[in-house]
Amino acid sequence: MAHGPAKGIKRWLFTTNHKDIGTLYLWFSFAMFLVGGLFAMIIRAELFQPGMQLVTPEFFNQMTTMHGLVMVFGAIMPAFVGLANWMIPLMIGAPDMALPRMNNLSFWILPFAFLILVATLFMEGGGPNFGWTFYAPLSTTYAPDSVNYFIFAIHLMGASSIMGAINIIATVLNMRAPGMTLMKMPLFVWTWLITAFLLLAVMPVLAGAVTMMLMDINFGTSFFDAAGGGDPVLFQHIFWFFGHPEVYIIILPAFGVISAIIPTFSRKPLFGYSSMVYATAAIAFLSFIVWAHHMFTVGMPLAGELYFMYATMLIAVPTGVKVFNWITTMFRGAISFETPMLFAIAFVILFTIGGFTGLMLAIAPSDIQYHDSYFVVAHFHYVMVAGAVFSGTAAVYYWLPKWCGRMYNETMGKLHFWIAFIGFNIAFFPQHFLGLAGMPRRYADYALQFADWNMVSSIGAFIYGAAQILFLYNVIATIVAGKPVKEAKVWEGAEGLEWTVPTPAPYHTFATPPAVK
Amino acid sequence: MADRSTARLVARLLGLAAAMFLFAVFVMPPLYDVFCEVTGIGGKTGGAARVRDAGVDQSRTIEVQFVATNNGAMPWEFGPRQVELRVHPGEPTRALYYARNPTDRPMVAQAIPSVTPASAARYFNKTECFCFNRQPLGPGEEAELPLVFVVDPELPSAIRTITLSYTLFDVTERSPDLVAKVAAGAAAR
Repeated sequence: MAHGPAKGIKRWLFTTNHKDIGTLYLWFSFAMFLVGGLFAMIIRAELFQPGMQLVTPEFFNQMTTMHGLVMVFGAIMPAFVGLANWMIPLMIGAPDMALPRMNNLSFWILPFAFLILVATLFMEGGGPNFGWTFYAPLSTTYAPDSVNYFIFAIHLMGASSIMGAINIIATVLNMRAPGMTLMKMPLFVWTWLITAFLLLAVMPVLAGAVTMMLMDINFGTSFFDAAGGGDPVLFQHIFWFFGHPEVYIIILPAFGVISAIIPTFSRKPLFGYSSMVYATAAIAFLSFIVWAHHMFTVGMPLAGELYFMYATMLIAVPTGVKVFNWITTMFRGAISFETPMLFAIAFVILFTIGGFTGLMLAIAPSDIQYHDSYFVVAHFHYVMVAGAVFSGTAAVYYWLPKWCGRMYNETMGKLHFWIAFIGFNIAFFPQHFLGLAGMPRRYADYALQFADWNMVSSIGAFIYGAAQILFLYNVIATIVAGKPVKEAKVWEGAEGLEWTVPTPAPYHTFATPPAVK
Repeated sequence: MADRSTARLVARLLGLAAAMFLFAVFVMPPLYDVFCEVTGIGGKTGGAARVRDAGVDQSRTIEVQFVATNNGAMPWEFGPRQVELRVHPGEPTRALYYARNPTDRPMVAQAIPSVTPASAARYFNKTECFCFNRQPLGPGEEAELPLVFVVDPELPSAIRTITLSYTLFDVTERSPDLVAKVAAGAAAR
């Protein structure tokens, strides 16, 4: 295996190397993060003041929809698939992913899927305007003509996710180095193994949902049309049967990243490794039986409300196990506060806040008050942004020296962290107040009493947006001109096979499997 | 490059994905219908009911409203003969709808009922209804469409108004047998 990467663009088009594909995924997801972020900036700019200033309400609806779709499917999910590609073979001592050519295909589908999705914005009638949850009949009877492109794009990204998930499962189950038993795997690998099974179970359900939409729109069926004997509430059940596991698909790999970073900078092994594994599996199982807590207001029987309420609260138990394990790992550790650790600690604090607001929303009677308000928006941005995005950012700072053999500038990294942390909280904490005061989500305008906190929130959003430009600068500056790192073990407290290969990680690693004690 | 055990694993995982897709499209919707029927939520009324003779509750009057909609591009004229009826629970009542096929070709329609509020659906029993069968009409032909219903005396006392809605669907392409029959009838005349 002496040959290195091919030259020029062909290296990236035809690559089957897990590191190249991981890099492609990461850059693609960052590009999508900026696109989705641009949509968010348009939303917050319009909401800076009451009244309509910048965009039409129709375009505002397209922005909220596209922001959600691009961030969930284009930014966060591919970012963690990219991390999985880069790190899983290195962590389990495998030379590459199990299915390298499928790996190439599953990446290269994505740019086309999102090209189609974003292109709908320029079509007659505009892009998707029915919210990222695309509830029928908004997405069927009343959808813009471009909805068929939206459906095709969802099919494509679903196919990509399913291929990615199959690849990860096959790699983890079949390609571990001798001696790497399941219970010796790093937690990032464990969380991804479980996530991959979740993907495999629910992405086809999403594909089914959009297929039924396609049939209703074009072929005269009535799955979701009450007039024809169908039921729009059925759409919500099917969507959330996908959608609730989906939020754990996003957050479980983030848990894995945090479980790698906190021990490194606390200079202690992860506390309660096996309980972490079982908690991850428990969260994954529970995610399948709680979906209707997203729909407490559809008119469920009391027994249904009670069941979904209690089952949802049960998730707090394994999640609490994880949070306490991270805190206990830090307890009496020799902690240092490098940029990845700052993001990881912020993750633990802010994700816990998001978890608690989730518990508040789980209480059916109070959810009826909070439903579709900015309280919900604040809740899921605390778990999606301060959860998944902070974790992804931490992962980039943590592994970037191993990837490119250069160290980022610590001062610039910390600057990025503090701007992001402060901007994020200014942007989203006031949204709790707005929601509790009764401001509904997804509207282009609002009543005057909401003006002050909306202005604060918009200012915070602009600060958080600016922090991402600094992030981009930091990453490029590191790759181009960072201080070279020679040690295989970039962080003194780091453990794991990925720190036994040279820095920067060579194009081919573990051609002969390492011995695992 | 994939060895045999990987190939086997991939085949199984693909099978799981395919099974979940089929589950979403072919199992979840019927399962949901069964669930709604068992629990009585969802606003759908069942087929022909056999009404137990529980006597007429003269003390209550229920207002039953009648609504009609055409689905999508269905060209028929379709509507109720009466906007509303006042009935006592337990009293069999006859109502009429009306349909006309204004086109120059034989067509077949299917009416789909729905009851609001949804919680009244299981107390709204139809002993006879045009919605139990597909309705063929020749070019320009019209028809009176009858239904007979009984409101169960056990209807919760909070419900005073029930809205019965029919949506008319064009099922011509799915019913070649009935189209042929109508066409033959028209030719005989």
